[in-house]
Amino acid sequence: MLYRFWVAYLTITRKEIMRFARIWVQTIIPPVVMVALYFIIFGNLIGQRIGEMDGMLYVDFIMPGLVMMSIITNSYTNVVSSFYGAKYSRHIEEMQIAPVPDIVILLGFMTGGVARGISVGIAVTLVSLLFTEFSIHNPLIVLLVALLTSCLFALAGLINAIFANSFDDITIIPTFVLTPLTYLGGIFYSIKLLPEFWQQVSLGNPILYMVNSFRYGFRGTSDIDLLTAIIVILFFIALLFSVSLTLLARGTGIRQ
Amino acid sequence: MLALEISNLHKTYASGLQALKGIDLQVEEGDFFALLGPNGAGKSTCIGIISGLVNRTSGKVKIFGHSIDDEFILAKSLLGSVPQEFNFNTFEPVEEIVTNQAGFYGVPARIARKETEHYLKQLGLWQHRRSQARRLSGGMKRRLMIARALVHKPRLLILDEPTAGVDIELRRSMWDFMKQINDQGTTIILTTHYLEEAERMCRNAAIIDEGDIILNSSMKKLLKQLNNETFVLYLRDDLEQAPQLESFNKIIRLDHHSIEVEVPERLSINDLIHELETQNIVVERMRNKANRLEEVFVKMTTKTDDASAA
Repeated sequence: MLYRFWVAYLTITRKEIMRFARIWVQTIIPPVVMVALYFIIFGNLIGQRIGEMDGMLYVDFIMPGLVMMSIITNSYTNVVSSFYGAKYSRHIEEMQIAPVPDIVILLGFMTGGVARGISVGIAVTLVSLLFTEFSIHNPLIVLLVALLTSCLFALAGLINAIFANSFDDITIIPTFVLTPLTYLGGIFYSIKLLPEFWQQVSLGNPILYMVNSFRYGFRGTSDIDLLTAIIVILFFIALLFSVSLTLLARGTGIRQ
Repeated sequence: MLALEISNLHKTYASGLQALKGIDLQVEEGDFFALLGPNGAGKSTCIGIISGLVNRTSGKVKIFGHSIDDEFILAKSLLGSVPQEFNFNTFEPVEEIVTNQAGFYGVPARIARKETEHYLKQLGLWQHRRSQARRLSGGMKRRLMIARALVHKPRLLILDEPTAGVDIELRRSMWDFMKQINDQGTTIILTTHYLEEAERMCRNAAIIDEGDIILNSSMKKLLKQLNNETFVLYLRDDLEQAPQLESFNKIIRLDHHSIEVEVPERLSINDLIHELETQNIVVERMRNKANRLEEVFVKMTTKTDDASAA
């Protein structure tokens, strides 16, 4: 029985990876181009005037955050568009009719989102080498945070897709929630620059923990305690995983 | 053994529409069973519940004795379904759609590829295996869904209007294919609006209307319910007006060479031809005016309409 589920999981994962790999010009290249522009404008042109941030060149400071932003956006976008597309054109029924437990469907879509998030993250990291020197303080932390963050946002994308009733609904959260939280999550600045009150407000933004722990992995410096950051990320993963699984089991948005 | 057992199945949609009002249905293993009914009768809801695409309000469903609640993995692995509407990713290649479906059922990749090749060849789609599904014609898309439903070798196959929009030649080849699958032991449940198809293929049938099963019997018994049959007769000589026949009341002259006669159950075709011969009318050819099952179907569903109106 477990082997059967394993085959089903591999099938969903492969299908998801093939989906974004087939259209790599639309899925991989645009975030790379966008981040390259960030490096040119904020890293080089404006960054040279800013000077140092947290004891390092501004371009080195923003590099981990930009990679993390790509991972967040792409793992989310992959699942929200793929799952909603499957709902819209009804090929989600291929899985619903088969003896695939909800948890396998969930893990398959999540892995697809992680695969895209990490693929884009690697591509963006390679592009960053044109602008910064490559150095990693702790590769295990980098890998762990990248994987956990992409899991988290893949799950968030899935929940968005479950509730979405139109293509507009899959862009509302990324535009009005995800992007502001990402920009305010310490990619471009250290929260130490903020007044005390806004520092406290910033601590309510989960993306701050991901960006800072990721920056710690690359640069060895962070505004947030690493263990706290990992616990926060794990907490949100557990929460969103439970919510997604419950919604799938109820058939919300996919069964009448 | 029962391939499908449905007990007291109810479905009320959020809108308040009562799509199924406690139906009971049993389909024997190896049967070719027709589930008939007008549009909106509840057929697709019933199939949706069996397939796990629709949540039921109450009731039980068992596939080969396995409950879709307690043993859903076992129950589902025995079921294949061809839905009414296309439900595959039209941007995926044909071969991938079928192979992936086998994967969802836990069929290892090597076997999945072999079975995919087998069914795509059998359904005439092998040369299109690398084409995106959206490039296929309507008939090919239907055959693709049949290949996809069979790739894991289900013991119960549900075909929801599989020949809708398919030309006559292709429909006949699909009939042959379905017959072959059934002969090999697969139980088939067919819903169709082509009643000729159901009469030709199915051994047993149920008619569902307004969420209730109003008739469930063998095709033979079902057709026996016909009190009259209407025949169109093609005559050798010109006819100016409809002949007056002693034993037959309803005779309509269609044109110079043809008439339509309603034959009551107590009389035979021989009686009709004999009476015509006494008036020197020679019949060259004849045919049923309508499909026999269609007549039963109209009779049954119209009755229900009258009852509900009352």
